[in-house]
Amino acid sequence: MSSSGSLALPPSIEELPLELLHGELVCSGILLSYEEGDGDSSELLSKLEFIGFSTGYRLIERLLRDSPRFKDELDTIKFICKDFWVAVYKKQIDNLRTNHQGTYVLQDNSFKFLSKLSATKQYLEHGPKFLSYTCGIIRGALANLGIASVVIAEISTMPSCRFHITIPRAG
Amino acid sequence: MSRQTSRIADPKKVNSELFNLTYGSLVSQLVKDYENPEDVNKNLDRMGYNIGIRIIEDFLARTNFPRCGDMRDAADKIQQAFKMYLGLNPSIGNWSGASDEFSLTFETTPFAEFVELPDSCSNLKYANILPGVIRGACEMVQIEVQSWIQQDTLKGDNVTEIRVRFIKKLEDAMPAGED
Repeated sequence: MSSSGSLALPPSIEELPLELLHGELVCSGILLSYEEGDGDSSELLSKLEFIGFSTGYRLIERLLRDSPRFKDELDTIKFICKDFWVAVYKKQIDNLRTNHQGTYVLQDNSFKFLSKLSATKQYLEHGPKFLSYTCGIIRGALANLGIASVVIAEISTMPSCRFHITIPRAG
Repeated sequence: MSRQTSRIADPKKVNSELFNLTYGSLVSQLVKDYENPEDVNKNLDRMGYNIGIRIIEDFLARTNFPRCGDMRDAADKIQQAFKMYLGLNPSIGNWSGASDEFSLTFETTPFAEFVELPDSCSNLKYANILPGVIRGACEMVQIEVQSWIQQDTLKGDNVTEIRVRFIKKLEDAMPAGED
């Protein structure tokens, strides 16, 4: 049961294959080169992130084949929050904040891959694994739009999370 | 805020492209991790099995089909599932004499629209997740099957063929203390 007010919709039939595939990537240990123990999960996180990166990189190219260029960085980020997020997650980002100096915070109040986890502290430590792939998708999409970035995610309360995009300034 | 409703070309295709690209990145990563393509094949099959045991629940919930009477019935349901979940249309055929083995035939290998296999991966079964899904799903409805990729367009065959062979019915395990 979600403890936040947002409604977490069950996946539509078209979204289910990806959701199951993503769940397997996160939970099955298939990406780990050693037996899962108390070992650090940074190998898993970085592989998930890279899978997301190459997916986002290629996907954005296909999505924007005939589109004109974005007029500036903010326009690009807004695209990610609206059209891109809708295309990938069937909803828009709920809140975007920026300091207008290269840092953007995207808040999703009912993030799809978290909606299956119980909204208690018990699973909070596993939350980041479910976000790595998406961080990678964002970073990959931006990379193919000519923007190098660092994307990290944080969860305060399930199923809501925030993606922090940092775009280093030149010079 | 955008001047047009969406800048994205054909949002409907996004889902399958997203899946195909993710699957492709996953296979690439596994090929890097495991030097031997056979190990990749096994891991894809294992992932497929885990997905199969989950997807069958969704399938039964959505369709409410009664139990399959025989493999022809099962084949028909598997074909419907491919259509429902992946938008794919394999044909069913190549039945064995005893009607316990059949093929699902695809024009091209699923998920592999932009894929070419390098020579170093000639033993790789790119779509090997699918036999695993079939096996896992069938097991949850008490049918043990073997499934494998028989032909693959990525390797130059004319079609991609997944074979499914009935092994046996699985008896329900009764919980202790019940008759």
